[in-house]
Amino acid sequence: MHPLLEIKDLMTVFDTVRGRIKAVDGVSLKINSGETLGIVGESGCGKTMLALSVMRLVPANGKIISGEILFSGNDLLKLPEEEMRHRRGSEISMIFQEPMTSLNPVFRVGEQIAEAVRLHQNLPAKQAMDLSIELLRDVGIADPQKRAGDYPHNLSGGMRQRVMIAMAMSCHPKLLLADEPTTALDVTIQAQILELISDLKRKNNMAVVLITHDLGVVAEAAQKVAVMYAGKIVESSSVEGLFAHPLHPYTQGLLESIPARCGKSLEREDHLKTIPGSVPSLYDLTPGCRFHDRCSYAVEVCAQKEHKLSEIEPGHFVSCWKYSKEK
Amino acid sequence: MPSTLVEIRELNKKYTLSGGFFNSQKRIIYAVNNINLHIFQGETLGLVGESGCGKSTLARLITRLEKPSSGYVDFKGENIFSYGKEALKSYRRNVQIIFQDTYSSLNPRKSAGSTIKEPLTIHHLGNRKERSEAALEIMAKVGLNSQQAHRYSHEFSGGQRQRIGIARALVLNPELIIADEPVSSLDVSIQAQILNLLKDLKNDYNLTYLFISHDLNVIRFISDRVAVMYLGKIVELASNKDIYDRPLHPYTRMLLAAVPSCDPRRKERMMKINGEAGSENNQGCPFQNRCPYRTDICAGVEPRLEKFDEQSFCACHRAGSI
Repeated sequence: MHPLLEIKDLMTVFDTVRGRIKAVDGVSLKINSGETLGIVGESGCGKTMLALSVMRLVPANGKIISGEILFSGNDLLKLPEEEMRHRRGSEISMIFQEPMTSLNPVFRVGEQIAEAVRLHQNLPAKQAMDLSIELLRDVGIADPQKRAGDYPHNLSGGMRQRVMIAMAMSCHPKLLLADEPTTALDVTIQAQILELISDLKRKNNMAVVLITHDLGVVAEAAQKVAVMYAGKIVESSSVEGLFAHPLHPYTQGLLESIPARCGKSLEREDHLKTIPGSVPSLYDLTPGCRFHDRCSYAVEVCAQKEHKLSEIEPGHFVSCWKYSKEK
Repeated sequence: MPSTLVEIRELNKKYTLSGGFFNSQKRIIYAVNNINLHIFQGETLGLVGESGCGKSTLARLITRLEKPSSGYVDFKGENIFSYGKEALKSYRRNVQIIFQDTYSSLNPRKSAGSTIKEPLTIHHLGNRKERSEAALEIMAKVGLNSQQAHRYSHEFSGGQRQRIGIARALVLNPELIIADEPVSSLDVSIQAQILNLLKDLKNDYNLTYLFISHDLNVIRFISDRVAVMYLGKIVELASNKDIYDRPLHPYTRMLLAAVPSCDPRRKERMMKINGEAGSENNQGCPFQNRCPYRTDICAGVEPRLEKFDEQSFCACHRAGSI
C-alpha cells in the first residue's frame, strides 16, 4: 500500500539578488492516512516552504527544481495547473497561522465557507449555506446560525481559526496541512484547537501535517515527527522515540532550552541550557553539517561532509556523524 | 521582609468603546479593574494571563504611559500620578520598559549605538564621549560587540534586536524593569539565551522586574512570585512554587492544564479546557462560565482577592476546598 503522501528528495529554491538559496533541500518523508506528522524547527528552517511546495503554492521568486510529491501514488508536480487547483481545497487543504489575514474582511464568514464549498461541489447557494452552518457546528462554534452572519472582525482569534478549519474541512480533504495553527492563540484556546484537529482527523481518517516551532504541541498532537534545520530534515522518528531518546545534538539542544519542562526535574534551574550562536544564513552554507559550528560534539569530518539521514534505531532516523559507522 | 518598591492601590482603567457610526450605544471595558499589588525591591514578579486580560494596560499605567481612571501607583511611597515635571523625569529614569516587538520598538534609521545612547542624551547625562563609552559598556554586557554599534536594526536577528532593547533599557541604570512579553516572538533556543541574560543582569544591577508573559513555562523559570490576571483582575497571587505545585484558583489550574507537556505518553489533561475569556458577567465571579467548580454563590457574589496563607492570595469562593 502507498502512503497517502510521499515526498522524495524535494528541493525548493529561491533566486534572489544575492544568489540562489535552497529553502527546502532534499527533503524526503512519508505520511499515512489517520496520522499526524509534526514538522518542527525554528523560523527560517524551511518548514512553511515545504508545506507550500506540497500545495504547489511556492511564492513567485521560488521554484521546485527537483524531487517528487506522490499523493496517493500520483506525482503532484507533474499535474497540469488546472487539475492541481481542483485538488487544492478538496483533497489537500491548508490552514495558516494568522486567520485574520486568510479571511476576507468584507464577507460574512458563512458566505466565505459556502464559496469554498461551491468551488468544489455543484450545490445550490441555499444548500451550500446550510452546509457551511453545519460545518461551523462541527468545529465547535456555538450558535452557528448566528455566527455565519458575522464578519471576521466580530470573532475572536480562536473562533477565526475555527472558521478557517471549517473551510478547510468543507470537502473532506484527505490531507490537512496546518502551518502554525495555534501560534497566535492563547494556551487555553490552543489546547481546544489541537483537540478539534485531532477529533476531525479521527472522524475523517485524514492525514495531518502539523508545522510548529513548539515541541510541546508536537508531543501533544502528533504521532510522528521530523525536525528541520536550515532546509533539511536532521531527525525523524515516532513522537515517543524522539522525546524519550533524542539523537541529533540540535534536537537535544532544543529540548533542553525549553524552560521548566520536558522531563527535567521540577526544581527551578538557575540557568537554561542554550544552543550557542544562531541559525546559519542560507546564503553562505559550508559543505559540512549545517549544525557543526553550534554543536558541542563536532569533530573534523562535520565541517567537511554532511551525513545522510540514516536509520539508527528502528524507525528513528538521524543525520549525524556521532552515530555513524562509516567515518 | 523586603521593602516595597511599587505599591498599586485600587487601580482602575476603563475604556469607552463607541458602538460604531450608526450605533449610539457605548460599551465600557474595564481593562484594569481594582487592582492591588505590591512589587518588592529585588524580586521578579511574573504577571500571566491570556491576551486581552489587561496585562499590558497595567504595564502602561505603571510606566505612566497611560493615566488611570482612578487609583494610585506609589513608587517608593509617592504616588506617580501626582509627580511634577522634574519628578516625572527622574521616575522615567528609574523605570524602563522592554517590549515584545523588536521591529516596531527600534528606530530603523538609528544605529544600534545611537539607539542605546539616546536615553542618556535625553536625560542630559555625561558628555558625548562618556555617553559613547557607557553605550559600549552596556552593549558588551548584553552580548553585543563594539563593531555592531554602527549597524542598523534590520541587520540584526530577532534575538540581537532584543539585546539592543535590553541595553537601551539598562543604560540609564534603572531600578525597575517592566518586561512586556520580551521573549514571545523569539525562537526557543534564542529565548533561552535572552532569559539567561535577563536573569544575570538582574543580579549584576540589583534590578526589580515586573515580567509579563502569557507563557507559563517562561514565568516559572524567571519569577519569584506570580500574579495571575483574568479580565482585568488579579485572581491569584502566590510564590512561584505554590502557583505551580498548588494552584488555588480554577483559572490558574486551567492555564496550567492547557500548557502542552513534552510527554507524548500523557493522553489525559488534568482538567477540561473550555470557553474563552469573553465579556464580563455583570454579577458574580468573572470566571463562572468556564469554571467546572462553580456553585450557586459564584453567580451572585463576586469573590475578592483574599489572603489564603502567608504568601498566597486567591479570588475564589472555593479556594482550598477544590
